[in-house]
Amino acid sequence: MARLRVWLGRHRPSTRRLIQLYTAVLYNAHVRGFAEGKIYTGPLKNVCVPGLNCYSCPGAIGACPLGALQNAVASSAERPAFYVVGTLLLFGLLLGRVICGFLCPFGLLQELLHKLPTKKLQKSKWTRRFSRLKYAILLIFVLAIPAWFAFRNLPLPAFCKYICPAGTLEGAAALLLHPVNGELRALVDGLFILKLSVLVLVAAGCVFVHRAFCRFLCPLGALYGLLAKLALLGVKVDPARCTDCGACVRVCPMDIRRVGDAECVHCGRCIGVCATKAISFRAGKLVLHGPELPERGRRP
Amino acid sequence: MTGRKALWAALFLIGAGLVVLGVLNGGMRDVFIKAVRICSECIGLG
Repeated sequence: MARLRVWLGRHRPSTRRLIQLYTAVLYNAHVRGFAEGKIYTGPLKNVCVPGLNCYSCPGAIGACPLGALQNAVASSAERPAFYVVGTLLLFGLLLGRVICGFLCPFGLLQELLHKLPTKKLQKSKWTRRFSRLKYAILLIFVLAIPAWFAFRNLPLPAFCKYICPAGTLEGAAALLLHPVNGELRALVDGLFILKLSVLVLVAAGCVFVHRAFCRFLCPLGALYGLLAKLALLGVKVDPARCTDCGACVRVCPMDIRRVGDAECVHCGRCIGVCATKAISFRAGKLVLHGPELPERGRRP
Repeated sequence: MTGRKALWAALFLIGAGLVVLGVLNGGMRDVFIKAVRICSECIGLG
């Protein structure tokens, strides 16, 4: 019993992990959908959730921001994509990539897969270079291809259709495995095999590489990363205390150049390693976790 | 107000304005219509 207590104490989930778990459950709270093999069709689907969560998951209560964006771009010949663009702008300004670190079920899944005990690939200048791929995916699959086909009156959410592993896992797996969806199972063809292969590759990649999908492929992370410097919430460095020792960058599993840049998912791992207590998790000036800011005029 | 704060505030107002315009021009309705139907592309069925 004492050993169990010690083990539980050592493996107690962090606050961030609990928030990730609650978020994943909240995004997919329509439990009846899993039981009936049908998706939720209520009014909450007017609203995009901030993280990557397929709206064809039977449990999903909100719209996927990436799917909504592609659909809006694909419909841009009929009406401008004001609603989705405005929503993503607000998410980015308020939360930035805190969404990736705290409010994305797929980010949680990647971190859990990475806990499997295998050899891990460490970050390097190559992983940093490869992290630019997600911007190309954003530009090509989320924006350019849907826009191209919009003017041919053929809506094509290219990222959803050819790449998104969240759709395959949350939508396809949950729907196709349900006994009532025999008609859907009959439609499985080469495209499904392609998407399933992408899902398997991404999942395998995440075992060996920390957040492989986030770092290299996720266009939503790329989008929020563009607003990283402006986001209200997140891990911030007090320049008055920072000595540029680089300990925070070394301990970070993401491809950051500095804490809070476009690659930072604000997990807070760097807060504890800073010798001068320069890093804290803040909402504007308000410190939510970590060292307090010094009062004006007082040395830390 | 510093430059960054002013930029943040301006972008926030733009974002809020776009959301309101999007609700008025039917953009939110489009999101709803797409989200309440099974997305065959998303689940790999073409």
